[in-house]
Amino acid sequence: MPKDHGIGASSKRREDVRFLTGRGVYTDDMNLHGQTYAVFVRSTVAHGRIKSVGTEAASKMPGVLAIFTGEDFKDVGGNPAGWLINSRDGTPMREPKRPVLAHGKVRHVGDAYAAVIAETYQQAKDAAQQVADDTDIEDLPAIVDMRAALADASNRVHDEIPDNQCYDWGWIEDNRAAVEAAFKAAPHVTSLELVNNRLIPNAMEPRASIGEYFPGTGDYKLTTTSQNPHLTRLLVAAFVLGIPENKLTVVAPDVGGGFGSKIYHYGEEALVLAAAKKLARPVRWTAERSESFLSDAHGRDHVTKIELACDKEGNFLAFRTETMANVGAYLSNFATVTPTFLHGTLMAGPYKVPHVYVNVKTVFTNTAPVDAYRGAGRPEATYSLERVIDKMCRELGLDPFEVRRKNFLTTDMFPYTTPVGLVYDTGNYHATLDKAMEMADVSGFAKRRADSAKRGKLRGMGLSTWIEACGIAPSHLVGILGARVGLYDAATVRVNATGNISVMVGAHSHGQGHETVFAQIVSEKLGVPESSVEIVHGDTSKIPFGMGSYGSRSLAVCGVAMTKAIDKIVAKGKKIAAHMLEAAEGDITFEDGKFSVAGTDKAKTFGEIAFSAYVPHNYPLETLEPGLEETAFYDPANFTYPAGAYICEVELDEDTGKVDVVAFHCADDFGNVMNPMIVEGQVHGGVGQGIGQALLESTTYDENGQLLTGSYMDYAMPRAEDVPFYNVDYSCQTACTHNPLGVKGCGEAGAIGSPPAVVNAVLDALNSGGHKIAHIDMPVSPGRVWQAING
Amino acid sequence: MHNFDFAKPSSIAEAAKLLGSDGAQALSGGQTLMPTMKQRLAAPSVLVSLTGIAEMKGVCRGDGGLHIGAATPHAVVAKEAAAHYPALAALAGGIGDPAVRSRGTIGGSIANNDPSACYPSAVLASAATVVTNKRKIAADDFFQGMFSTALDEGEFVIEVRLPIPLRAAYVKFNQPASRFALTGVFVAQFKDGVRVAVTGASNNGVFRWSEAEAALSKSFTAEALQGLTVDDGDMISDLHGTAAYRANLVKVLTGRAVTAAA
Repeated sequence: MPKDHGIGASSKRREDVRFLTGRGVYTDDMNLHGQTYAVFVRSTVAHGRIKSVGTEAASKMPGVLAIFTGEDFKDVGGNPAGWLINSRDGTPMREPKRPVLAHGKVRHVGDAYAAVIAETYQQAKDAAQQVADDTDIEDLPAIVDMRAALADASNRVHDEIPDNQCYDWGWIEDNRAAVEAAFKAAPHVTSLELVNNRLIPNAMEPRASIGEYFPGTGDYKLTTTSQNPHLTRLLVAAFVLGIPENKLTVVAPDVGGGFGSKIYHYGEEALVLAAAKKLARPVRWTAERSESFLSDAHGRDHVTKIELACDKEGNFLAFRTETMANVGAYLSNFATVTPTFLHGTLMAGPYKVPHVYVNVKTVFTNTAPVDAYRGAGRPEATYSLERVIDKMCRELGLDPFEVRRKNFLTTDMFPYTTPVGLVYDTGNYHATLDKAMEMADVSGFAKRRADSAKRGKLRGMGLSTWIEACGIAPSHLVGILGARVGLYDAATVRVNATGNISVMVGAHSHGQGHETVFAQIVSEKLGVPESSVEIVHGDTSKIPFGMGSYGSRSLAVCGVAMTKAIDKIVAKGKKIAAHMLEAAEGDITFEDGKFSVAGTDKAKTFGEIAFSAYVPHNYPLETLEPGLEETAFYDPANFTYPAGAYICEVELDEDTGKVDVVAFHCADDFGNVMNPMIVEGQVHGGVGQGIGQALLESTTYDENGQLLTGSYMDYAMPRAEDVPFYNVDYSCQTACTHNPLGVKGCGEAGAIGSPPAVVNAVLDALNSGGHKIAHIDMPVSPGRVWQAING
Repeated sequence: MHNFDFAKPSSIAEAAKLLGSDGAQALSGGQTLMPTMKQRLAAPSVLVSLTGIAEMKGVCRGDGGLHIGAATPHAVVAKEAAAHYPALAALAGGIGDPAVRSRGTIGGSIANNDPSACYPSAVLASAATVVTNKRKIAADDFFQGMFSTALDEGEFVIEVRLPIPLRAAYVKFNQPASRFALTGVFVAQFKDGVRVAVTGASNNGVFRWSEAEAALSKSFTAEALQGLTVDDGDMISDLHGTAAYRANLVKVLTGRAVTAAA
């Protein structure tokens, strides 16, 4: 019988009541007395030198209150990179300043170089158009292609960076010679060059920010679409504007999806704060969808050559990759770590491969900044590995299922240190593969293929066995590797006098369902109904200094911090109970919401203990503080390592090139599962995004740096009709060994594991139809498939 | 969006008068015009809504076949044409999404003549007559290339009269992002021959594939198309498909439309 509450129950998402009835409160829903409107003036050219910004006529237009340009911010800080990467030769990466508003040059279409503040939105729009009309920008040649960017030293995105390269990173450089030797000696080498296509995040809610300034106290408030309000506060206050952190409150209210794009601090946030101070009035901005396309941090955009060395039986001997990663025009906050430590360290997969070497050159171009997007580096690693393995199987005539099986790490090998420096604590990759094969009825595939053929379709099956690393940690290690932030999280559990509970968490929910799951855990641990627990997040004036949500970390890091705070509550409760029950503390047990003296019927309920803590009439005041509120910070000992096996089946129409995903099976190991329904939903969403990347989503800049896919007319998002009914299983559970909840994280898995399964299935279909096609790039659009078939 | 005046006349004569003034723009379902205005790419001073004119709405049988008021939304055509002209009803029911179909109209679609719109193919393949506030125009004369029609300044469509074929079908291959027709083919068989109209494919907008019409008039089977080739010289080439790919789609979809109609 499934549980109906607490850990492991599929409790309904409490937040959905407001989301689905239109009662959520998002940044743009807030209206403030005296508010003004900001509109940004954005570059229409990819690369240009700003000769003059035409503010004069615009500043006299009706309703215009202020116009800001790059000149106004030239003396404040830049938006910093959060991770220092050193090149192979030991030199530090190049870090050009990322100003609030472009100054001197514009570097991508959509780069904001001015902002107009007016009484109404329409007035601000009119004046912004005037500024654009009156501005003189000298066109410079656009740098779009990464290879050309590295090759042409005369054309520079940043004048001070001669080769447009941020760094040239080797991982692990000391292993390079051994890897090369392994390749020289290998009986077989498979090589594959592929593109991991750039994606535009397309959160349902566009970015929005409201700045306020309170002259009476000198306090600022920023309401903004953020996945991590404390991090945003640190960046905008300490690094950019120089506001003391204690004078700035950052609130991220309901946020309609982030997928990574709302981790980062953006110039618009600094602008509304600076403008609010200047005008002493609230300043609001909400991105139009076109602005989202042009200025949200994009994802992926790698070009990779991967080589696999193996013996004739398909036993892996070595992997070697050379990747060019596009960071766009400026370094977004985590742009430098995504292609390196979130990518290169995963390049051993779930396999016992002895040698791996990864080289990544990161390149500036005149395109929108690129940063972490759902999966962040791990999808790129998984795609490269799972594609080259299938290519090798085809070359050697080997069964892709068996090849994975024979190369998997076995359960007796954990903890296992990979050749790229991670320590996998636990897993069972054979179990998830077996489960997926059972779910997919692999042995029945030949019949299904024959049925498809009767309908004139080619059918293909594709496999991907993926692993990822969640809850990036521990801080001392990431510090050694270049992180400029800590990666702990924090929670405060406040038991109120009447026994209900407010929990303030550092994680931020922008759709994931934390308010439900975290309450389930509290309910389970303290024996109170879920409805007695409120999860508070997203407001720096209420929550402890946590690091927000990204990298599938919320449960594995913040959830564990909360669990530790709950442990402290129970420990204190026992002290109070011992006093009230006149027993020794060691004799008090806590179970099902009751503190009891072991072996007796003497007990106090959780509510009685809470009341006593706040009305301490019968209380050990001489040894114990009143109140029942505890905070815990938690810095994990290691990453967590979810893994799984995905099997995709497609049908392909040779006449039109159209690919339909007809079945998708996921066998995942997320460790212990807190809410199965939410886990399943996360996998659905992730796989949907992965199918979108594999089949539909193309971010295309032309040679002049114009974004050709700048609206939904040309940027293809997956819709319900593009995805199948998913078959999801999470019963293969190896509990994480280093956190007390045994959880690993499930938010990104779907997006990580699915693209190679889809593309492998497409290639299987094509080859089964006699089309000898070794490779096709994502998105596998109908036109591209038809072209591959017809040369 | 810039400011504009708004008028909603209740008669054709009143609408004609309003549309005679400078800067006036006819508004039907607004599915193209509204986004264009929101992006500030169009700024008419007066919008004249044609959706308040009773005689410009509805579906009925008449001398010219099926008569559809220009301001009739796609959703209404999908429902009310089904018994009379199923292929046309299916086309209308496959345009955009429910919100688009509730607002967008047949008159708006053909007056805009988007090269990827569905309706122009049906109107052309049906040898329809486009009735305006000034005259009647044969479909073969009405469509004059991408976003271009025979309509004069101040002239607007009030009704479309579609002869009903013996058999017909429309097959659309969706552009993956917009879900407009990457290519769409409408095949209609009449007593005196077959008409094939193609949308989405050509730089010149909707066109008739005359070689296919000749072949299908002899034998209304997909096999009849086998020996034909489609010249890709005038085909659209963009992110979603090359000219050669579209030329291929024209032939493939024509065959499928014939099979669906047969």
